[in-house]
Amino acid sequence: MKKIQLIAITLFAITMVAFVSSLFISGFQVSSETINSHLDSKGMKSEILKERLLNEVSGVEFSNSFSATGKIRSVFIESNAIHEANVAEHRSNKEWDKSNDERQNIAKGNYRDFAYDLMKPSGNGHVHENKGLWLFLTFGLASIASLIFILINLKVLGPAGIKNTGIYFENNTSKGWIAWVTFSFLVLFYIGLYFFPSVIINWTYIVDPVKDIFGGGGASQWFLYGLLYCTAMSIMGIRMIVKYRHNKYQIVRTISVVFFQVVFAFLLVEILPMFGLPGVDLKNAWPLDYDFLFDWNVTNLLANGHFGKFVFVWGISLSLVIIPVMVYFYGKRWYCSWVCGCGGLAETLGDPYRQHSDKTVKAWKFERYIIHFVLLFAVFMTIWTGYTSYQQVYHPDMDYNDKVTLLGISSDTIRSWYGFLIGSVFSGVIGTGFYPIFGNRVWCRFGCPLAAYMGLVQRFKSRFRITTNGGQCISCGNCSTYCEQGIDVRAYAQKGQNIVRSSCVGCGVCAAVCPRGVLKLENGPEFNRISPDNPIVLGNEAFTLNSDITD
Amino acid sequence: MQEHIVIIGNGISGVTCARHIRKRSDSKITIISGETEHFFSRTALMYVYMGHMKFEHTKPYEDHFWEKNRIDLVHGFVEDISYGTKTLKIRSGEDVSYDKLVLAVGSKPNKFGWTGQDLPGVQGLYSYQDLELLEQNTHPYGTPENKQRVKRAVIVGGGLIGVELAEMLVTRNIKVTFLVRENKFWGNVLPKGEGELVKRHIIEHHIDLKLESELDVIHAGEDGKVSHIMTKSGERIDCELVGLTAGVSPNVEFLKGGDLALQRGIIINQYFETNQKDVYAIGDCAQFDEPVVGRRNMEQVWYTGRIMGETLAATLCGEKTKYNPGHWFNSAKFFDIEYQTYGWVFANNREGEKSFYWEHEKGKMCMHFVYEGSTGKFLGLNTFGIRMRHEVINDQLNHERSIDYVISHLADANFDPEFYTLHEPEIAAAFNSQTDYKVQLKKKSWKRILRLSK
Repeated sequence: MKKIQLIAITLFAITMVAFVSSLFISGFQVSSETINSHLDSKGMKSEILKERLLNEVSGVEFSNSFSATGKIRSVFIESNAIHEANVAEHRSNKEWDKSNDERQNIAKGNYRDFAYDLMKPSGNGHVHENKGLWLFLTFGLASIASLIFILINLKVLGPAGIKNTGIYFENNTSKGWIAWVTFSFLVLFYIGLYFFPSVIINWTYIVDPVKDIFGGGGASQWFLYGLLYCTAMSIMGIRMIVKYRHNKYQIVRTISVVFFQVVFAFLLVEILPMFGLPGVDLKNAWPLDYDFLFDWNVTNLLANGHFGKFVFVWGISLSLVIIPVMVYFYGKRWYCSWVCGCGGLAETLGDPYRQHSDKTVKAWKFERYIIHFVLLFAVFMTIWTGYTSYQQVYHPDMDYNDKVTLLGISSDTIRSWYGFLIGSVFSGVIGTGFYPIFGNRVWCRFGCPLAAYMGLVQRFKSRFRITTNGGQCISCGNCSTYCEQGIDVRAYAQKGQNIVRSSCVGCGVCAAVCPRGVLKLENGPEFNRISPDNPIVLGNEAFTLNSDITD
Repeated sequence: MQEHIVIIGNGISGVTCARHIRKRSDSKITIISGETEHFFSRTALMYVYMGHMKFEHTKPYEDHFWEKNRIDLVHGFVEDISYGTKTLKIRSGEDVSYDKLVLAVGSKPNKFGWTGQDLPGVQGLYSYQDLELLEQNTHPYGTPENKQRVKRAVIVGGGLIGVELAEMLVTRNIKVTFLVRENKFWGNVLPKGEGELVKRHIIEHHIDLKLESELDVIHAGEDGKVSHIMTKSGERIDCELVGLTAGVSPNVEFLKGGDLALQRGIIINQYFETNQKDVYAIGDCAQFDEPVVGRRNMEQVWYTGRIMGETLAATLCGEKTKYNPGHWFNSAKFFDIEYQTYGWVFANNREGEKSFYWEHEKGKMCMHFVYEGSTGKFLGLNTFGIRMRHEVINDQLNHERSIDYVISHLADANFDPEFYTLHEPEIAAAFNSQTDYKVQLKKKSWKRILRLSK
């Protein structure tokens, strides 16, 4: 059995090597037609850019995405630099007309998307020509290998029960080199995904055959991400269920969170556009869905008939009504560990790393500052972008600068900073990339504005709590160790106090790993939900501190 | 001048006492411990060995807690106490003088004078040092079979620590033979049904459980280390490790020969007062001259240590308070099966007691209720594999509820995680068929549950 597992894990490692090497072994040849049509469609007028692309890029055989990206990058930047220098020169000569004309030649956007758009239709290497084979070699074999490994655990790990043996000895789960390799892979993956999509373009070829099921047109890096996300969550979800198969709460919760990811965040997003409808993730709620009030989203929804308007109203009611009401009844867990995609990845792919969250009081203080700062940031950004969208819809003829400027600050500036700092770096690179080192809920704990919002409701107006079972706590520390949100659960349990913390996502693992049956997640009356700071734990009759309020 | 309260021992009893003194007063508090610098949860040592946690995770308070709460820590062993001059001699350290002294020095594993009991490779499991020793005596996690230092271990004594040690050793791929003197597991505490259930589960985990077997002699090999043992029935078992887990006894060796009254433990009255002025004893090391009605004169579990610490702190701060621990409760875990007990369930029913035992068809859950035959008064409950709500059961015991009341209100008492299958209808049906009662189950009521915590 263990030998088969060893073979499976080796096979998995090979597929990962294949996946990474696919970036390096397949080349590009950009045709002049691609260049011309792309420049035309984007309205890029620069002759310098066009000429240099036709001379230096078109027809050149690039051996991998790095060299192709590098070349396009230098052409793009150098062309823009020449035009900018010309603009400056015209301006210093006070030739305003010339300067305005020249300014039209500066290519808008960034070279990264530009390179992606030129390269996507231009692949010609082994990966590009054998997409199906590579899909099997990477996604296919990796899934098979992991499933074999996971299912054998049913036998190898013995009867159902807590399976944390060796977590602090195993390389991967105790910050050994495997954890650091995983960390590097994830961080680089996210940097590629968010900032250098053209570099990982071969991976999008691999999933093109899957995209074909949904109407084709070539997979974007976001399709790749979505498919990878769903695959990882499904397989690691099965692992979660195998690991916690004695615990029905964990089984039901895991099925739910994987279901919402696969159906709502992936399938519907892909299927709706096949019927001419906007591909939206209906469960993604503002302020986690921070671009909800961006002008392009609002205009897109309002332009899409009844369905678009429904989605717009649904989004607003989800954030303002459904979420607080649900948090009141069930705590924020209904979202964070039952529905949310970020939470779902954390609970499945991230489960082996949950013990790395920092439990110190210091970390808790830091958490409270930073997560509420992000919430404020999101609210301000939404006010600004909402203002812009409002003007866009009601005063479409207004000058662009007036539309984006409110109180002297540009909504474009705020939203691009938010998108970069919070949307990409915090939630992706740090939030997921750092799983193996800082634990699986870094984003949810320190960065998610929706978690902060729901946390406020959960802390002050909710029926949810983790009940501490009288005097049964033995202070062993399993609950705190395995709390992915870094809550020192034991600190409450050993005092006989219920745990009512804004950051609790209700994963239920503290209650699962407790060897004495001390903790229970439940929804009940608000009365005495937050236990008084009673110094005496149940079981000691020597004191009658509370006698005056009993019966 | 500020009163100086010195506590020897930083286990749950001593530390709880110190914390509650600090809540109530400004006295100077010093805790002396030779075992570790900081308080840790003794019950969690097994999880460190199994790799569930690191040692630092077993510390219930961050290291800055002690300074913040003005509790001085001294890491050292006390060698001698002079009760007349109220001073302590600390090995490799200065003398410490006290105004009040609390002895919370814990216990140590029993050794019953077996031949070979002090050989290398023979050990108990109680202290941090025992854990370190176990690491030395065995091989690291994940060691390949041909390089294992220990192929087989023999554990002597079928109680809670024994089963924990078995669980620990199994995670290092060590084969375990478990010698139990009685004819059932933990026979002096568990009734037959529960003992059988635990026995089956231990065997399910591939432990070689030998009931009615007693250790006779431990033999050493040529290297001076344990090589095999002989049982009283003459069976030879080859092994490289022997775990002695036949209970614990008070750690009072260093107090002998002085003026302090000792028997098995330090003799105290119900205020934890010893025969020496301003000297108190709590926790595992204490022995009541007169036990609280219905309880033992030595109580060596986590919870009683904590209750004693809470109670003594009141006395030390001027509010003289008797030990009054309320209804007995305890808990443990046998591999994957959790166990809780509330009130009194004895291995054999006492006179006038009746019991009702229910076991799930898969044999991994059971409940055992004990009640007075004549009045039906509920006396206690053992539960395996099903969690119960302490406050509810405690309240039912307080109000002397009858057994049919307890059964019909099982839904209030259930503490299993959400979505778990509830076995209450099955339990009630079994109860009705085994007795003359006709119990109808009540729905779970938050009103009833919360009236307790009002």
